[in-house]
Amino acid sequence: MAAAAPAKLNRKDFVADQDVRWCPGCGDYSILANVQKIMPELGVPRENIVFISGIGCSSRFPYYMNTYGFHTIHGRAPAFATGAKIANPELSVWVVTGDGDGLSIGGNHLLHTIRRNLDIQILLFNNRVYGLTKGQYSPTSELGMQTKSSPQGSIDHPIDPISFALGCGATFVARTIDVDAPHMQDVLRRAHQHKGTSFVEILQNCPVFNDGTFAEVEDRKTRAEAALVLEEGKPLVFGSTGNLRGIVMRGGSAEIIELSDRDDPIERGVVIHHERHVSPSYAQTLATLRRPEFPLPVGVIREVEKPCYESMLDEQVASAIAKQGRGDLRKLLHSGDTWTVD
Amino acid sequence: MSIGTKEVREIEHVAIRFAGDSGDGMQLTGSKFTDETALAGNDLSTYPDFPAEIRAPAGTMAGVSGYQIHFSSRDIHTPSDTVDLLIAFNPAALRGNVEDVRPQGTIFINSDAFNQKALTRAGYSDDPRMDLARRFKLIEIPVTTLNREALQGLSLSQREVDRSRNFFALGVLCWMYGRPMEATERWLTSKFKGDVLEGNIRSLRAGFAFGETTELFPISYSIQPAKFEPGVYRNITGNLALAWGIVAAGRQMDRSVFLGAYPITPASDVLHEVSRLRQFGVKTFQAEDEIAAASSTLGAAFAGHLAITISSGPGFILKQEALGLAVMVELPMVAIDVQRAGPSTGSPTKTEQGDLLAALFGRHSQSPIPVLAPCTPGDCFHTVIEAFQIAVKYMTPVIVLSEGYLANSAEPWLIPDVDSLRRSKIDFAKADPNREPGSFEPYRRDPDTLARPWAIPGTPGLEHRIGGLTKEDVTGNVVYGPENHQRMVDLRAEKIARIADDIPPVQVDGPERGELLVIGWGGTLGPITAAVEESREAGIAVSQVHLRHLNPFPANLGEVLGRFRRILCPELNEGQLAMLLRSRFLLNVQSFSKIAGQPFKVWEIRERIEAIMKEDV
Repeated sequence: MAAAAPAKLNRKDFVADQDVRWCPGCGDYSILANVQKIMPELGVPRENIVFISGIGCSSRFPYYMNTYGFHTIHGRAPAFATGAKIANPELSVWVVTGDGDGLSIGGNHLLHTIRRNLDIQILLFNNRVYGLTKGQYSPTSELGMQTKSSPQGSIDHPIDPISFALGCGATFVARTIDVDAPHMQDVLRRAHQHKGTSFVEILQNCPVFNDGTFAEVEDRKTRAEAALVLEEGKPLVFGSTGNLRGIVMRGGSAEIIELSDRDDPIERGVVIHHERHVSPSYAQTLATLRRPEFPLPVGVIREVEKPCYESMLDEQVASAIAKQGRGDLRKLLHSGDTWTVD
Repeated sequence: MSIGTKEVREIEHVAIRFAGDSGDGMQLTGSKFTDETALAGNDLSTYPDFPAEIRAPAGTMAGVSGYQIHFSSRDIHTPSDTVDLLIAFNPAALRGNVEDVRPQGTIFINSDAFNQKALTRAGYSDDPRMDLARRFKLIEIPVTTLNREALQGLSLSQREVDRSRNFFALGVLCWMYGRPMEATERWLTSKFKGDVLEGNIRSLRAGFAFGETTELFPISYSIQPAKFEPGVYRNITGNLALAWGIVAAGRQMDRSVFLGAYPITPASDVLHEVSRLRQFGVKTFQAEDEIAAASSTLGAAFAGHLAITISSGPGFILKQEALGLAVMVELPMVAIDVQRAGPSTGSPTKTEQGDLLAALFGRHSQSPIPVLAPCTPGDCFHTVIEAFQIAVKYMTPVIVLSEGYLANSAEPWLIPDVDSLRRSKIDFAKADPNREPGSFEPYRRDPDTLARPWAIPGTPGLEHRIGGLTKEDVTGNVVYGPENHQRMVDLRAEKIARIADDIPPVQVDGPERGELLVIGWGGTLGPITAAVEESREAGIAVSQVHLRHLNPFPANLGEVLGRFRRILCPELNEGQLAMLLRSRFLLNVQSFSKIAGQPFKVWEIRERIEAIMKEDV
């Protein structure tokens, strides 16, 4: 990979010359900085990187990246990305979307793009509110949330992005937090390495319309209690020294047990995290872990392998050419019954 | 096979309609007869007319499927207003089609299908045969029985035996009009084997032999080959021509093609055909919906493919938002709308020209897009190639308006010499080594065409961002200033307007100036031409102009229209082109509108021409 890289680039090479226009304190700033930070490490020539977005606050993202970028239509970014990736599989395609763009107006495209498993990255910034339209509830807003369009409280049951992605057959599913730079960078690198559609939910604070919605996991003081950091091969343990707890499975459901400092969590039956279970049921169980009953899992929840759409399509084209020879227009036009007039 | 000793009468042309249940194989029978007729050298025009239901309840009016073919020893333009011979496989097929048979015309019926139950199911309270025999030449053939006899001894179920009876009827017609059957037998051999093949071939030959020997038919007919321009011909439908045009465009422009589509009647056949042609390097993508089909197409265009999406009315409307974005980001793509009768789901298998204004104005705000409309099935091929060439040269989406009628109708097509098709090389943007890196200007325009550069991902040094937000002239940066907004609106309009100088001027058929000009567009060329020719034969001085370019109009159109005292505009809509011509040229254009889900009859236009000539101007 490194051999293909041009003269060494750094973070600044990925900063576009446009002023960033998000609100002060928006979680998007931190996500942008982390994405720009890891770009030079990927070994992809800058001209092969494409950011594609829909509509919403998050979707302004491509304008701030000094790569190729396409700010498209509300909800449709996955479909644009599909066309671009099929046309040129060499491109490293990153879709940037939000909870409204991706799961409301664009839910259908997100579903089908994930199930086709194109080799792209989808970053869904989840702030559980509509920002750009000024504060209406979104499909991830909690039941009862009062907004301008739900003055008596939202009566929409929220959708969980991770469960959704798993249900679509996603081959890579992860969750990270806007303010946790090292964690996000790790997840982004893993997402890029994965061959297939990588779905990453990024918990993101909207300081204007939904400030503090993920405060417990964003705040360093409460994060140990509120977040379950997933690591491959390690037991599902959270909390701080003196107050450690673990996740066990009983009767098909997750439960929390208390652990003393001397306990071996594995001996106590705490579940060991594996990203590569063939069945998605373990990952789906992780996705059911929500606040306040459980800590919120962050990290790579699932990674499995499946053939990618664009590769299979290229193989079909190649096999058609191998079997029938490269298409000859003259032969095609003269195929079937013809007759000659002298 | 010999014609036998019966009299052979030479006739100039004949129109035949096959009608039966949608499961009776009428479309297949019609298209095989069409192939044979083409090979016999006649000019021909066909009109398949079938229900949207795949298999409506057997024997009902809802399930009647028809296939009409008009063939001739001279140039013809339409499938014919009336039919000379109707082949009705059951009472419902008779009832649904009998009014299109000319007075004293011939009707073959499968008499085996005329029992009380079938008559009732078709809605006949009395047996119509006595009555019909007074108005038409009614010939009853027990097709089912004769066919069963012919297939005795084969290990086929009764159902399988009966399924081949359409080939018995085809055999009868082959005898009656002296058609060669080799092509059909060849096709059967490629399609079936064993007793099914044997059964179908026996049916075909038994029908032919029946024609030869039965006393029901004292004469057969001969239709001399028509005079065609020399060359190699084939039959082609509009949908097949669109599919091949898509493949050809890739070759002519030396670039891979991407087709994004979602299945919809009557456009799906184009997706099917192109999907079969992957050896041409064409990538087809069946999207999750029409919106994704259009969006993936524009995504592929962004990445540098020749990108096209295809649909019909209800799906086309869903693509408008993506087309609006294509206008804003000025990327080349083609969107084909095979128009069908609407509004809403409407009549999916019936034809209409109702989407012209939607193509021009169906997006919000000022969103100019070139619009082309093929005039014949074969013209669909050339129109797609031209649409791509305009799209790439001017960096714009282009809309092609085909019609259900063109999609499924067949005509003999002079196969073009592929070396004579226009080639054009795409000039992708490259980084200028003399300029500072990062100074690429995605909206700096070509001074002649006003096209912006096509800078595709993967090109070093041209990294840039585009999107739906208002762009600054030259730099493409997001800005909201009033002067820039006005300038960009004006530039986009001017860019499309300039295409008028790049397309051929309209040609007037007939007198260059005078009393009456008939102007149409798209798939109505056939009936309008036939009506104009018949009117001239009746002594009326009438001229004709037919448009392929609906936006922009050819540069000389206004001047040409101004030379005529009366202008008649027949359209399969409520006067959409007439409205455009009136508002653009301030002329008294008279609309002649028909929206019945069917093409114009020649007589309808001819009557209108006669009527308009009697009016004071």
